Amino acid sequence: MFNLIAGAFPCSSGRFMFDANDVTALTTDQRFHKGIVRTFQIPREFQSLTVIENLMMVPPKQAGESLLRNWLTPRVTAVSERQTYQRACEVLDFLELTHVSHERAGRLSGGQKKLLELGRTMMTKAKLVLLDEPAAGVNRTLLRKLEDKISYLNKECGYTFILIEHDMEMIQKLCNRVICMAEGKVLIEGNFQTVRSDPRVLEAYLGEPQAVKA
Amino acid sequence: MDIISAFNYPVYLAIFICIYGCLAIGLNVQWGFAGLFNAGIAGFFAVGAYTTSILTSSDLPDRLGGFDLPVPVGILGAMILSGIVAWPVGKICLRFRGDYLAIVTIGFAEVVRLVVRSEHWLTGSTSGISNVPRPFGNLPYTQAQIAYLALTGGILFVAYLLIECQSVSPWGRIMRAIRDNEGAAAAMGKNIPFRRLQAFILGATLMGLGGALYAHLNRGVTPDAIDPMIASFLIWIMVILGGSGNNRGVLLGVMIVWIIWSASELMTDQLPTEIALQAKYGRIFLIGLMLQIVLRFRPEGLLPEPLSELRIRENKDSPPRDTVS
Repeated sequence: MFNLIAGAFPCSSGRFMFDANDVTALTTDQRFHKGIVRTFQIPREFQSLTVIENLMMVPPKQAGESLLRNWLTPRVTAVSERQTYQRACEVLDFLELTHVSHERAGRLSGGQKKLLELGRTMMTKAKLVLLDEPAAGVNRTLLRKLEDKISYLNKECGYTFILIEHDMEMIQKLCNRVICMAEGKVLIEGNFQTVRSDPRVLEAYLGEPQAVKA
Repeated sequence: MDIISAFNYPVYLAIFICIYGCLAIGLNVQWGFAGLFNAGIAGFFAVGAYTTSILTSSDLPDRLGGFDLPVPVGILGAMILSGIVAWPVGKICLRFRGDYLAIVTIGFAEVVRLVVRSEHWLTGSTSGISNVPRPFGNLPYTQAQIAYLALTGGILFVAYLLIECQSVSPWGRIMRAIRDNEGAAAAMGKNIPFRRLQAFILGATLMGLGGALYAHLNRGVTPDAIDPMIASFLIWIMVILGGSGNNRGVLLGVMIVWIIWSASELMTDQLPTEIALQAKYGRIFLIGLMLQIVLRFRPEGLLPEPLSELRIRENKDSPPRDTVS
């Protein structure tokens, strides 16, 4: 599902509209520039880069991304790098990862990598952030922190989130609309309470209820 | 005069180190930064060597070229043409990843080698192109060698600085990110095919440069020069042994491997003829053994890739450069 939205897999049928534009034919990186940013269920950090570099590589259209500009106007690059660095520091502060900023990202714990994935989405002007099981493999304390960050970003920074999650507490806390899917189809859509109490959801996830014989 | 001529061998060695340094830095851009497994270095080396030979040699009746152009034009032309050749090759080959890319690039290098061997009107086939001018060629031998060393050393130094500048820049960061995880880099809005192609072409340009310097050194080029054993695989060993991803490490690798390779040739030449032939294979064995030892005990190479020092971090402690000036 996320692979379709983010453009990693091509759509076999149908169209994908975003902000009243048809983005079906766009590739992953083009969709990023439209404001669709994703994270991965199993974190995909850039393991040989430091944590701060992981964040600094994200902003689009940096001056130093062009070979010629690096050679001809190194000063412009340096100024732009300084801004990017500042921004990355703010994000690390926000995520409370400052103490590991110069570690190789590959050496972080699973939970820290999840935070780093969230951090990458904050380095750009995202409109829609796709979070793929942010709670998977994250310990409880860190999870609460993650929830706070997500709801802060949603309320204060105006990000829209789509969350794939199995952790019911997290869904209850964060989600306004819940869509329950099974076998590639939408079972039910609504707020958390309706979805949770719906018998079809229980059936899909726990199996058919045994008929009680009188 | 005898004292000066004692320098002949080290100078000759150093010239080759500079030439292979260009090839190795080119490979480092492709493999060390962008993770492109290019095993067809010899192909770009040949394109560079033949381009400059055709551009700068004097006229011959049955062959294209002999334009008699100045050497710098030839070298520049070699770099540009290598880049131009790398474009379609990269467009097609870079759809492959890892080992498959290695296979198709070996294929490319073999195609180039066969074309060079058989197209007499273009490359003079097996006899190659001779009368290529050599910079400082009018000086006595030793002085000419030293002057040529200064030239290649200077060119290598400039190439090193230019590539090192990219290595610590956001461009280098993107390349390393793509190497680490392509999917995630695409999800962060980076155009992967374009970036891979960029690294491939930049690397190929440097390989063409190496080829051009080689042709001018030898006043010509023959198909024997495009031996994949030396022009492709020896370069790979240099890069891996020195430390891929680190330009200084790569140059160290070039020095070590080339000195062993070259000095062992001196030694095998002293042996009686019947053993000398076998000893030649012993040299290859020696290099292979060294690669094994490095891979076993230091898989990241002698000088591994450093954590990128952020230019910003340097600036942060000292006042920003703009206010100083």
